[in-house]
Amino acid sequence: MTLHAALRVDRGTFRLDLTLTVEPGEVVALLGPNGAGKTTALRAVAGLLPVDAGQVRLDEEVWDEPPTVFVPPERRGVGVVFQDYLLFAHLSVLENVAFGPRARGMDRAGARERARSWLERVGLADRAAARPRALSGGQAQRVALARALVTEPAVLLLDEPLAALDASTRLHVRSSLGHHLAEYGGRTLLVTHDPLDAMVLADRIVIVEHGQVVQQGAPAEVARRPRTDYVATLVGLNLYRGLASGTTVRLADGGRFTVAEPAAGPVHVAFPPSAVGLHPEPVAGSPRNSWPVTVADVEQHAHTVRVRLAGNPPVLADVTPAVVAELRLSPGRPLWAAVKATEVITYPA
Amino acid sequence: MRRPTRGRVPLLVALPSLVGLAFLLVPLVGLLARAPWSTLGTRLVGPEVGQALLLSLTCASLATVLCLVLGVPLAWLLARTELPGRGVLRALVTVPLVLPPVVGGVALLLVLGRRGLVGQYLHDWFGVSLPFTTAGVVVAEAFVAMPFLVIAVEGALRAADPRFEEAAATLGATRWVAFRRVTLPSIMPGLVAGTVLCWARALGEFGATITFAGNFPGRTTTMPLAVYLALETDPGAAIALSIVLLVVSVAVLVSLRDRWIGGAP
Repeated sequence: MTLHAALRVDRGTFRLDLTLTVEPGEVVALLGPNGAGKTTALRAVAGLLPVDAGQVRLDEEVWDEPPTVFVPPERRGVGVVFQDYLLFAHLSVLENVAFGPRARGMDRAGARERARSWLERVGLADRAAARPRALSGGQAQRVALARALVTEPAVLLLDEPLAALDASTRLHVRSSLGHHLAEYGGRTLLVTHDPLDAMVLADRIVIVEHGQVVQQGAPAEVARRPRTDYVATLVGLNLYRGLASGTTVRLADGGRFTVAEPAAGPVHVAFPPSAVGLHPEPVAGSPRNSWPVTVADVEQHAHTVRVRLAGNPPVLADVTPAVVAELRLSPGRPLWAAVKATEVITYPA
Repeated sequence: MRRPTRGRVPLLVALPSLVGLAFLLVPLVGLLARAPWSTLGTRLVGPEVGQALLLSLTCASLATVLCLVLGVPLAWLLARTELPGRGVLRALVTVPLVLPPVVGGVALLLVLGRRGLVGQYLHDWFGVSLPFTTAGVVVAEAFVAMPFLVIAVEGALRAADPRFEEAAATLGATRWVAFRRVTLPSIMPGLVAGTVLCWARALGEFGATITFAGNFPGRTTTMPLAVYLALETDPGAAIALSIVLLVVSVAVLVSLRDRWIGGAP
């Protein structure tokens, strides 16, 4: 069953007007700046906000279709992880997770048992008796995820699930969230303003600006062919998977990087296209990653030029028009790409 | 030359404030000083005093229950809905706070009296007559005390984040379940404070009660009325009753000290 949402919501001068579909097992990220209408879209799917026009349905099951149908949130099969989690402060962690099954009519013992097994799945069985106030940010996020998933919703909605976390916690929570999303067989809609979250977690990215879809597609596809400057800067990211050992990362699809921070095991490696330098000759000098590439295509944006380069690994580079002229960049031209180890970010996959 | 220092209280402030403090405290001290301590116990369990005490407690508690049943939904309406004219409605709810209770009693008599706007139907259709009955005492007390409850609960509801109710709804909770399991626990301190204030106000009610329910020992003579009556015939009993009311007031104050006294930085 596929989630179909044609959402139109009018808020004064702001109009949200976008169409979304999410297949079972698919993770779709709504990516865009603050105020783009992402959260409004999520609230409309959840039933916390009726649409002014359009339709929300799960296959044939219509949830919202003005002016005749409106199914309230408690009767839609949704689970929501809110930005600041909204855990109930007066209930224990276990009771928070058991709240959904209880509200849906399960008896107390059964609900607690379900909640306990979900707390085990997110690795927080030992915190069952704690109050939400006593949890760390990462733990609270996992409780919120367990609370949303324990009812086995058809649709999982995540509103900036990592925004409230500090940078170091974020990496680990992001990777564990990725595992849980991979296990979850339902439809996931993820709202985020962080391109990295979208690139790592989503199967498909929908970029929203001023309440409208600007571009959508697979993360790599969007990064490779950004349609607007905005998208280019937003999702301009070179992202690889690899196996780290010390400061060396061997990429899954060939190639290797030297990184500044030692790591071990499967990791993501990321750096922005602006960190890539292009040179006609091999670059001498210490901790640099340098490898031969060939220009695949050159795309002009307002102030920068994005160059797609084939090689091992392939890479995107943003350069100025002056560099394009100087290096006579055109498809087929062999070059050397160089990235400083300090520009390369790694985080656990 | 002496440095002018902060923190020294000027005489112009110190003197009136001391007089003011004495003015508030000396009467209470006087009450305690003149109390017939040796016979206090026997007086309080004596038939008339005991009767008034029991009636007062019963009526104040019933009035509080009535206020809870009607006032909490009203507070929810004022806090959570986009009702047109909500501001005016909120102001109207607080009128009994500033209205002289006697006027409240007169108004109740005009509406609920046997020939009153509503009272005549109550009497003709159901044979119910509220004035000068124990039920009338409850009505008068509830009329005067309900604003305390409504204001406290409404304040608590406004402070409670409605997004928690949304979170509950996405978990499958109906509005009622969300209110009972999420909102109610979070407004509990405000609700308790409002209930205690409401009950204390009902217990001390005099003006509206004597106007609407009259003064019939055993039926409508609550403690404040008994104090007033006893003052002419048996001052000792009046003092004993007053001490009971004073103790109740202090108990209320202590139970709310975190909110009121401890609340100021």
